[in-house]
Amino acid sequence: MKSIIISGVGGQGVLTASDLLSDVLLEKGYDVKKSEVHGMSQRGGDVISTINYGPQVFSPLPSLYETDYILSFEKLEALRNINYLSKDGVIMVNDYVWEPLPVAAGFEKYPENIEETLKKYAARVIVVPATDIAVELGNIRATNVVLVGVLAANMDIDKNIWVDIVRRKVPPKLIDLNIEAFERGYKYKL
Amino acid sequence: MKKELLSGNEAVARGAYEAGVTFAAAYPGTPSTEILENITQYKEHIYCHWGANEKTALEEALGACFTGARSMASMKHVGLNVAADPFFSASYLGVKGGLIIVSADDPGMHSSQNEQDNRNYALAAKMPVLEPSDSQEAKDMVIEGIKLSEKYNTPVMIRMTTRTCHSRSAVELGERETPPEINYVKDFKRTMLLPALARPKHVAVEKRQKEIKEFSNQFKFNHIIEGKTRVGVIASGVSYQYGREVFKDAWFLKLGMPYPFPSKLFREFASHVDKIYILEENDPFIETFVQLEHTGKEIIGKDVFPLTGEMSTDVIHASLGEKDLTLKFDLNSIPKRPPTLCAGCPHTATFHNLSMQKLNVTGDIGCYTLGALPPLNAMDTCIDMGASITALLGMEKACEKAGKELNAVAIIGDSTFFHSGITGLLDIIFNKGKTTVIILDNSITAMTGHQVNPGTGLNAMGEPAPRVDLVKLAKDGLGIEHTYEIDGYDVKALKEIIKREVKREAPSVLVVRRPCALLFRGAQWSPMQVDTSKCIYCKLCTKLGCPAITPQNEKSHITPERCIGCTVCAQVCPVKAIQFVDENGMHIHDTTLEEFMKSKRGGKK
Ligand SMILES: Cc1ncc(C[n+]2csc(CCOP(=O)(O)OP(=O)(O)O)c2C)c(N)n1
Repeated sequence: MKSIIISGVGGQGVLTASDLLSDVLLEKGYDVKKSEVHGMSQRGGDVISTINYGPQVFSPLPSLYETDYILSFEKLEALRNINYLSKDGVIMVNDYVWEPLPVAAGFEKYPENIEETLKKYAARVIVVPATDIAVELGNIRATNVVLVGVLAANMDIDKNIWVDIVRRKVPPKLIDLNIEAFERGYKYKL
Repeated sequence: MKKELLSGNEAVARGAYEAGVTFAAAYPGTPSTEILENITQYKEHIYCHWGANEKTALEEALGACFTGARSMASMKHVGLNVAADPFFSASYLGVKGGLIIVSADDPGMHSSQNEQDNRNYALAAKMPVLEPSDSQEAKDMVIEGIKLSEKYNTPVMIRMTTRTCHSRSAVELGERETPPEINYVKDFKRTMLLPALARPKHVAVEKRQKEIKEFSNQFKFNHIIEGKTRVGVIASGVSYQYGREVFKDAWFLKLGMPYPFPSKLFREFASHVDKIYILEENDPFIETFVQLEHTGKEIIGKDVFPLTGEMSTDVIHASLGEKDLTLKFDLNSIPKRPPTLCAGCPHTATFHNLSMQKLNVTGDIGCYTLGALPPLNAMDTCIDMGASITALLGMEKACEKAGKELNAVAIIGDSTFFHSGITGLLDIIFNKGKTTVIILDNSITAMTGHQVNPGTGLNAMGEPAPRVDLVKLAKDGLGIEHTYEIDGYDVKALKEIIKREVKREAPSVLVVRRPCALLFRGAQWSPMQVDTSKCIYCKLCTKLGCPAITPQNEKSHITPERCIGCTVCAQVCPVKAIQFVDENGMHIHDTTLEEFMKSKRGGKK
């Protein structure tokens, strides 16, 4: 069984990304269990969605120090979940800072050198300016599909399946934009 | 067969469809909300609606089942406290059409004020309880639950949990059964609970429970899985899934219906093992029944596994001393990301004023509970839905009697007010209270994801519905003379009216109105900006806790993508440094959002 965690801030599109991923895994023939925490996620809190997949999966939750991939939409949120990553794990992180309220209100400091810290815990760290890419493509909301592209590039599943699922799942008007976003992310292979 | 990845809640809704359910009612509450939301996709087949609260929803489902309709009521765990009265009655009354009561418990308290284990309710009310461990079972148990309900003339409780509600797994979809005919037949002896009629019903209930207990030994969701060792595991709900991951070679007694407890099946299981682990979230519910069997086997239950929080493979390993859960990276070294009131939230200005006036505030449950957190710090109590009003009435009466002053207001959301605030208001009038009640009316149930309520003007199926006007209700209906409507973005009006009404020797109701900022997002106008040459960095605006406002180089800064132009920060700024900026870079002072939008100077971002 393998585990993936997708993390970010409410409103960034974390759940859409994990829906795409689970569709890909199902298509590939895996047993898939996905878990997410709803509730206050729309109110600027942190969001995580976790996916376990393999020939047969029982638990919907990841285990500490045993997770294979973390895909994070925001830097601090990558750090928040770092204890889950296995020492051979890969972490893919959007080069994007969203200050949480305690920082914005001046009570606390946003951590420095997050990348350095991540490197201490991960076998590989891939930093991608996904939000910048999405903005460049003309729609900040495409950030999640750029990141799905990064994940696709670093997992061992046929690219066609991913492209096919993206095509099927995004609104028809936005297919071209999202395919472009996916391709841009797919370049970040390590 | 078609397989789809469904959440547990979607699967329950699907189960209702396939089981031939034709009536569903609920009151929103995480993690149960999406059950009814998903039932609306079958609205051609299932009539569904939101009740004002869980009690009304359950009574409605019970009434529907008297006509022969297969029915369902769903709610979060604490919702069953509200619905406990009809819940107990329902057990005695029995059903005509099958009745499913879904309780979504919240081990780990992801979004609740406690983690009560509602299987105890099933035991207390003497009704069977089913516990699905994944989405497939969630769907199947609704279908089997309806059968069980009709066969044994009992409502059936399904205990979901946050994890089973909100995790997704593959589900095989089936066809819809033809619902039974609807036909209400007058039958006083059956549907009345008078003492004389209830006494024989209690006898019948005890007999029924014995029969169901016998049946539970063959029930398809209670079964034994053979193992390769003399170790056994008994598990229910999602704990079963964690157990299968951890105890690879053990025997399993999988209990889909932990109550009534299948004693015979258990004894058979016990004969194959020497040592029994019991995996269940929260209370030692199954464990208590196991102990009563006195098998003499070694039982490992809540003496080892925690009573609090969620189960997981990590928790099992750690409880058995097999895994160290100390975190290598210390999470206390990084800032938390608490949820916050949104930019443009219509609740913010009220809390700002309560905080500035240093009032005591009894609070309630909703998005606005976030007003308790820094920097607003404007709420002192949170008990349960509706308690802001009643708790304050109690406090005021106690202080009055002792001749003590209490400068306080009660604050409550519109959905919460409809749910159980109205009765508190009745107590105020009836008992000559002088309480000041602020109703934060965004005309929606925002916290749980924007469900409609009696003040919205739409019903659950998306049809136009009558809209209850809170001002009329309080003023004309209940006769509270000092009832006022105030704009949630008008800082000054709020300040003056709150100051005045707190002192009043009579009850008052302040209805603070504005739509939820998340629903207002469609209109994203040119944002407000801080004129840094004027900003004196007094931090009054950052103390609003607005996520669009951050300090930057000793000045306040507004993140344009987040600002929706509510103007509250501009109103609290003592030096008028915050203003609208139109597309030509022109600065516009002292304008309300409406005026600015009307002037058409604020283009889309
Ligand atoms: C008995 C009970 N039922 C349901 C809930 C879940 N719940 C919490 S707050 C809330 C309603 C919030 O709506 P409203 O009062 O309108 O405030 P808003 O979030 O819109 O500001 C609900 C349904 C609960 N906590 N307790």
